[in-house]
Amino acid sequence: MAESPKFYDEMYGHGDAARVPYSDYAKWFSGEEVGNLRRKSSQAEALFRLTGITFNVYGMEEETERLIPFDIVPRIITAKEWAMLEKGIDQRVRAINSFLHDIYHRQEIVRAGRIPEEMIAKNDAFLPQMIGVAPPGNIYTHIVGTDLVRTGENEFYVLEDNARTPSGVSYMLENRETMLHMFPELFSRNKVRRVSHYPRSLRRSLSACAPPVCLENPVVAVLTPGIHNSAYYEHAFLADQMGVELVEGQDLRVIDGRVAMRTTKGYEPIDVLYRRVDDEFLDPMNFNPDSVLGVPGILDVYRAGGITIANAPGTGIADDKAIYSYMPEIVEFYTGEKAILKNVPTWRCSEPEALQYVLDNLPELVVKEVHGSGGYGMLVGPAASKKELAAFRAKLEAKPGNYIAQPTLSLSTVPILAKSGLAPRHVDLRPFALASPKGVEIIPGGLTRVALKKGSLVVNSSQGGGTKDTWVLED
Amino acid sequence: MLGKTAGGVFWMLRYMERTENTARMIDAGLRISLTRSSAAESEWTSILTAMGLLSAYLEKHETVEGGKVVNFLLRDKSNPSSVMSAVEAARTNARLVRTALTREVWEAVNECWMDLRDLLARPVREQSLPDILQVIRQRSAYVRGSLHGTMVRNDVYDFARIGTFFERADNAARVLDVKYYILLPSIMHVGSASDNVQWETILRATSSARAYQTLHEGEYDPRMIARFLILDKRLPRSLAFCYRKISDNLDYIAKDYGDRMPCHGMVEKICHRFETMTIDKIFEYGLHEFVTEFLSESQALGRQIEIDYRFYE
Repeated sequence: MAESPKFYDEMYGHGDAARVPYSDYAKWFSGEEVGNLRRKSSQAEALFRLTGITFNVYGMEEETERLIPFDIVPRIITAKEWAMLEKGIDQRVRAINSFLHDIYHRQEIVRAGRIPEEMIAKNDAFLPQMIGVAPPGNIYTHIVGTDLVRTGENEFYVLEDNARTPSGVSYMLENRETMLHMFPELFSRNKVRRVSHYPRSLRRSLSACAPPVCLENPVVAVLTPGIHNSAYYEHAFLADQMGVELVEGQDLRVIDGRVAMRTTKGYEPIDVLYRRVDDEFLDPMNFNPDSVLGVPGILDVYRAGGITIANAPGTGIADDKAIYSYMPEIVEFYTGEKAILKNVPTWRCSEPEALQYVLDNLPELVVKEVHGSGGYGMLVGPAASKKELAAFRAKLEAKPGNYIAQPTLSLSTVPILAKSGLAPRHVDLRPFALASPKGVEIIPGGLTRVALKKGSLVVNSSQGGGTKDTWVLED
Repeated sequence: MLGKTAGGVFWMLRYMERTENTARMIDAGLRISLTRSSAAESEWTSILTAMGLLSAYLEKHETVEGGKVVNFLLRDKSNPSSVMSAVEAARTNARLVRTALTREVWEAVNECWMDLRDLLARPVREQSLPDILQVIRQRSAYVRGSLHGTMVRNDVYDFARIGTFFERADNAARVLDVKYYILLPSIMHVGSASDNVQWETILRATSSARAYQTLHEGEYDPRMIARFLILDKRLPRSLAFCYRKISDNLDYIAKDYGDRMPCHGMVEKICHRFETMTIDKIFEYGLHEFVTEFLSESQALGRQIEIDYRFYE
């Protein structure tokens, strides 16, 4: 089954028999006809089109709305595996919030010599405007999407902590809806934990972070850059499911020290703003003056305690790829415990010795831009041509501080439904965590991204990746 | 609700209504061109005029021909009133106000757009036209039905209804504005075949032909037709009916918000006129003048609603 014993397959392990969590699914699958399942697969696509769960592609005249491909074979996680992941994510999210509070206040971690000062002071993601600001409950990152990869039966690594504005949760929810719609029988045979309460949990979690100025039921709103943004569907979906308004910058204005939205009855103050607009565009008075997506003066209101912004401005520093390499120290410093989830070993190219190692071993490594995302601007050594390696080498030498490098991980595979039946493809996992003063809640499941191209390790949707429904089984 | 959302819902329904109206206009033109080919060109010309599109059409085409007009009205994206442009605008507004709509309404609009996008991807040939018009009618009925069956009766619904009736009245008034002369006594030739066809076009373009036949025992009379389209409160496309609905829905909002706005006074005035008007008085005053005045008052009302409910900043 597995195309190469080198990779751990989550359905078959390294052998031919389905692992326990997949045994029922494998039995069910063997009784189904591949042609029939492929028809179901196209039905799923039609459903997604109707729902409108599309993302926009810029710069194209026709077909500007694309679907992220959905694969109908679920990714299954056992209760025991999940319990470990849940504990690890919880620990990490708490540590990140403490870290953010610390670096915008006394910077104890720098004083203790655990992180070099320039990592903070010279980091573009560090916002001086946030110094001394304490958001309600000291929660900076309210919604976190931790990217995990698996390399073996008990080997999980954190690839990235998406602590600013993680996206993809709408796929987690819609994928499940689609599976329930198409294969109800699978859910009566397998005890799969629910994910559908996410919007309610999100609203509750955001409401728990309302600023002191809010005396009654908090007014929550979702801020979107607008209908042309690639994640607009998700913004609308979340606002709709939470039962709150979906606003754009032009609907908002600062009035009497509050951020208020223009309603048919006049301006109404907002208590908690779940923003899906980047820091840079949030406030033209305080950041990018050309931004038309934000609200002039919102940061001043925020600093004065008139509104909660989720996630807080300046959280990007916690998911910066250079800071990432310090996460084990960060977790230990703030929680007093060893990190439960492992980091991928990371070479910081800003350090001469590390740079030398990276240059010497480039064909075996994955090199990423420190501030990059979406799979752009990265080098996958083993998959790169000589020419690409040479070009990247030049980039590295010119601006080493801009890059980190990691070993090429043997990412686990989960089968997808290919033309001739099941075929293994590499996957990652992004569970979603909600942080409030009441604690951290992690939704059992998440977004499984899958590289649909045979052998590819890049799962990003912008690079031809798809998604799967993710099942966490009950005990 | 957000002012922007009120505006988006209003326009979404205006565009859905426009989609249907354009299809109906094409249907009326097609009918004439099939039954009386000699009148076809002038008929298509007057349909383009009624829609305010004649000059836009002539910029692209030298002659008025059925096939070209049909494609211009159905699928030309440079024509903002074409079926494809209108349904696309309706869908864009639906996406904008997605959170104010039920899943059913959104999916009905989205499916309408997807089906028409496929059907209208290539130039439409005469033989497939009846089927396409049928799909447009069915898809828009589906949107209307899901709106009616699944939406909570609150301000969102009220703004949706106001948009529908606003566009509908506007369309009916424009048809009257262009065709008024064939309803005037001076050029009336009672019973002549030519006028019958013209009158029928008016009734078809407003989807009122059958209703007229039923209520008037098949007798065509220009004054009766004018009265029917302007004043008859039984006809869901008459000006009086549409304005009664606009007024009702604005009243629901006033009650809900506990606040009357300037637009309420304006709509009351227009409704009052319909209550007290007779068709004889309209003809005495001048049918054309009456319709022109109505159109400008209705435009002013639209602007006032926008301001009163903060559609834009």
